[in-house]
Amino acid sequence: MANIKTIDKKSKAQSMGMHTEVLTGRTQQKFFNPDEAENFYYFGTYDVDFNKRTDLDVMNMSAPEANKEIDNLMSQGYGTIVIKNPQGKHSLGVGILNKLNLIFEGSLGYFGMGSCDGPIVRINGRVGWSCAENLMAGKVVIEKNAGSCFGAAIRGGDLICKGSVGARTGIDMKGGTIIIGGDAGAFTGFMMQRGRIIILGDVGINLGDSMYDGTIFVGGEIGSYGSDAVDAELTLSDQDWLRRKLKVAEIGEDFDVSKMKKIVAGKKLWNYDNLEPTEKKGAI
Amino acid sequence: MCGIAGLIHRGKSSNVGSELQGMLQALKHRGEDSTGYALYGDTDGKNFIMRFKVGENVGEGSSSVMEDVSVYDERKKIVDQTLAEMGAKIVKEERTLPYSLRYEIDFETKDLLDFSQRIESIPGVEILSMGKSLEVIKDLGNAKMVCDRYSLDKLVGTHAIGHARMATESGVDIKSAHPFWGYPFSDVSVVHNGQLTNYWNNRRVLENKGMRFMSECDSELIAVYIAQKMREGASLEEGMKDSLSGLDGVFTYFVATKDSLGMAKDTMAAKPLVLYESDDLVAMGSEEIAIRSVLPHEIDTYDPFDGEVKVWQI
Repeated sequence: MANIKTIDKKSKAQSMGMHTEVLTGRTQQKFFNPDEAENFYYFGTYDVDFNKRTDLDVMNMSAPEANKEIDNLMSQGYGTIVIKNPQGKHSLGVGILNKLNLIFEGSLGYFGMGSCDGPIVRINGRVGWSCAENLMAGKVVIEKNAGSCFGAAIRGGDLICKGSVGARTGIDMKGGTIIIGGDAGAFTGFMMQRGRIIILGDVGINLGDSMYDGTIFVGGEIGSYGSDAVDAELTLSDQDWLRRKLKVAEIGEDFDVSKMKKIVAGKKLWNYDNLEPTEKKGAI
Repeated sequence: MCGIAGLIHRGKSSNVGSELQGMLQALKHRGEDSTGYALYGDTDGKNFIMRFKVGENVGEGSSSVMEDVSVYDERKKIVDQTLAEMGAKIVKEERTLPYSLRYEIDFETKDLLDFSQRIESIPGVEILSMGKSLEVIKDLGNAKMVCDRYSLDKLVGTHAIGHARMATESGVDIKSAHPFWGYPFSDVSVVHNGQLTNYWNNRRVLENKGMRFMSECDSELIAVYIAQKMREGASLEEGMKDSLSGLDGVFTYFVATKDSLGMAKDTMAAKPLVLYESDDLVAMGSEEIAIRSVLPHEIDTYDPFDGEVKVWQI
């Protein structure tokens, strides 16, 4: 394990899992400014108490009704909500921009937990297509399997599936971490732009196809590499980060991360030379 | 976008008509231009069951042309004459709707090609299914409407596949509705969700081999494609695996035979499918809510991977 006290700032940041990519695109150099905090305020957020707990049976509710009731319970200060009988309904738990401890006692359909920012979610079941799409922050744990487009376009947070996932996991992801305990389907990491994907099992064809940036770690067999996805050296910092991340995720804690494969973008498909598309257009 | 569903009971029979109705009704938001059932009922296996139509449903939303009921009667009369000429004896006759009929036929043959060609040479007549267990029932409307119209909820059998259709590339009519019979194979049916991009190329090749197409729906190609592979000696599973490279486009489809049910998913995995497997039941559908209609308790389900083909026996 690297000695965090003696390494330089960049390596330290990497070993702590803060970032691994050297960002050069201009749009990626704008960071959060505390002076502009008011611009980051979300309307409809509530002060909730994690110790204040309630159950919500959604058996006979539509998804909009269930989501409205979750919002209503948060407005009453409930910080822990247990959803009973989700029955594979679509679009449950979407748009939660709040700290919240949310537990689903059953499976979700499509677009579950989409566009969320902040909640900690445990789903004691399976999820359908596009789970946690556009997740900004928080943690979503799925105890069983997941469908395709798992974690599509997430910006941040941790998305963990203890079972296997379908095709196009992490498509277009722009940050955050996706961890898969089982196998993953074709086109995993398709056009990903940042963030990390960890797959402990096997992965299908066209891994990391046309990825711009980001990192994919694979523990099992790879069906095939996608366009411009290449192997990279698995560093000690990577291994430290993987161990820590798997431990926090409570998944594969005994997994031998030193044998994992690391896949990154070869960046041969980068035709923009760090220019914005509009600037590139002008140059042409 | 269409929805498909299927289930197979292993080692027992069940009320598959009612079960499939529940599954397809749960998927009605994926399309309710038409709904179709391929039901494998418990029979004594002696006679063929022929489901056929002598006209179209010209109800609201239909793209078919209105015809007088007397035209249907005339077509039916010619079908009866043709059957008699071929030595096929009608054991039982049901006319559920003016344009839709069900015959039980005492007839000995190993190849239904000649039989089917003669029946379908009658203008306006299409065999929806032919088999000793299979019955294809399809019509305009959602699953419940079709189920009620044809009283399917009491049908007992081992397995079934069905389709809720949103018409995109062909008309709103019965001939374009799924399931498709695997012409001219007894007891073979197909449902499909997706789009095939090499439809015309494959169709020309298959037509040159004597196969027939009743619609311009790309999904019909799958039934004919698999049927032709089986005519050439392939098993159902071999035919389905071959289709992964022979058919271009995005698709998830089910094929059922008298004693088996199979699924295939294209190599892009672009179309959804959720699967539940246990020792005595396999249930699958475009969305988990379809499976939930027959298994409301918590179960383990998963998405088959890209390029996957699976076949189950009863």
